[in-house]
Amino acid sequence: MDFSLYFDLPLWFRLVLQGTIVILVLFPLAAACSMAERKISAWIQGRPGPNRTIPPFLAWIPGINIIRNLGLFQLAADGGKFTFKEDPVPGNVNKFYFILAPILSMIPALSTISFVPFGAYFTTLADGTKHLVPIMLARTDLGLLAVFAVSSLGVYSLILAGWASNSKYPFLGGVRASAQLISYELSMTLSILPVFLWVNAPGGEGTLSLFDVVQTQSQPGFLGGMWYIFLMPVSAFVFLVALFAETNRQPFDMPESESDLVGGFHTEYGAFKWSLFFVAEYAHMIVGSGIFCLLFLGGWNPLPWVSLGSFINLAAGVLPCVASPLFMGVIGITFFLLKVGFFIFFFMWVRWTLPRFRYDQVMNLGWKKLLPISIANLIFYAVAIAVKDLCFPNL
Amino acid sequence: MATITVERKPLSLLERTYIPNIVAGLTTTFKRMVKPTETLQYPEQRPAIPTGYRGVPTLVNDPHGREKCVSCQLCEFVCPPKAIRITPGEIANDDPNAHVEKRPKAFEIDMLRCIYCGLCQEVCPEEAIFLQNQYSMTGYTRAEMVNNKDRLYELGGTLPDQHYKWDKKKTAAEAASRGGHH
Repeated sequence: MDFSLYFDLPLWFRLVLQGTIVILVLFPLAAACSMAERKISAWIQGRPGPNRTIPPFLAWIPGINIIRNLGLFQLAADGGKFTFKEDPVPGNVNKFYFILAPILSMIPALSTISFVPFGAYFTTLADGTKHLVPIMLARTDLGLLAVFAVSSLGVYSLILAGWASNSKYPFLGGVRASAQLISYELSMTLSILPVFLWVNAPGGEGTLSLFDVVQTQSQPGFLGGMWYIFLMPVSAFVFLVALFAETNRQPFDMPESESDLVGGFHTEYGAFKWSLFFVAEYAHMIVGSGIFCLLFLGGWNPLPWVSLGSFINLAAGVLPCVASPLFMGVIGITFFLLKVGFFIFFFMWVRWTLPRFRYDQVMNLGWKKLLPISIANLIFYAVAIAVKDLCFPNL
Repeated sequence: MATITVERKPLSLLERTYIPNIVAGLTTTFKRMVKPTETLQYPEQRPAIPTGYRGVPTLVNDPHGREKCVSCQLCEFVCPPKAIRITPGEIANDDPNAHVEKRPKAFEIDMLRCIYCGLCQEVCPEEAIFLQNQYSMTGYTRAEMVNNKDRLYELGGTLPDQHYKWDKKKTAAEAASRGGHH
């Protein structure tokens, strides 16, 4: 296949095109998560979930009932409803910030994806060697730091929404959101430091790039091919718990807590603005699970100790076309999306299993449990890595 | 004192991490998820109606196609919410059912008033009114929610009958007209 026509386009145009495509995938995917949520909650509760909606002019198509039963037409109907229904703005709100908040919530939710690699493919360099290239929007060494920096801006939209609503329940929701998100950001960041201690060998060039994290999980050998969830289970656990808190998911959905705060920060919102908050929440979930998969589950590698490169080399023996960059990219993205999909499912599974923590329990857990654990974990791995580098440099 | 002091054991370290209980909970919900759903897909699937169910009150015919109701109006009088209105009517002498005492000229049950108590069925001396399996009454207007006589017979249909009261009356009447001792 010849892609020279595409590569002849000016760089800015290609970047705009790539960014648009990624957002066009992420936005509906986040919206589809809401349907997945409804379906999974239904199955857990012994119900079929939304399964009736179908446009009458499509009903004649054989087999379309599968789509109907999955609720995909319901999803489209919901989208249409949220777009066109009346969007009320209550009388006493601070109008400018009230409208700004949902827009602000979308910006970090959709822009963090630009630092997340979702696949990789081989290109052949001029000297004939093969070189693995990540599929991502912005290949920077900032990587994870940029993700954290941008995604933590998401809390401002919640605070702004809670404050601008000028009503007590949204205000309480906003206060809880700020306290919770700031507390858990700490343990989240500390929990992944051991990963980067391990990735960045002393003396080498330092990096925070998520692509390089995956690369160090795709090396040959027992330690080289090991996913970090086996190497650093405590890190993975603390990161996962903090991820639940950061994405405001049950059992940490303090900002929303619909049983005691009506709807929390979005009590006064309706229609399209409300749906923007939700798409943003699900987009955060998708990006968050993506980062978990990259850090601890080997990214696009199909299995522990089997990297995407060796898998492709193996498969190319059977089907030579698999080795083409396009196929390899698609296969890598598929493995990655499968893992992300599992985590989205896990998020929902946990939501419909656990009750919500009380606010003081959330704070206790964050400051008195997770933070000491992540600090102890960091010290343990710092010492362990130093001992390994000093005593067994060849391991 | 009838107070029992329950000794609360301090939680073990593992219990305080919540993890075993979270895992147990996740297992439970996952098992529930893979089980078939309990939902009845209502308009297509209908629930099984238990015997003795008290649905919409209906009027029934006997197996020979006669109206069983003789418009005695007991049900109208007993009906607690006053949902029943009966206009009694005579049966002409040349009618095939002339030996039957009477029949209702109009029989209306206002289903917006009916409370499905079943007293009409219980009080009916002719076993003419039954609360049957029909449980879904809908309408767009108040008038639609009033079941008239035709509709009541349509809903009721024919129920088996052991007595054949009017057959006996008929044979008796015919025997009398032939000059028997009756």
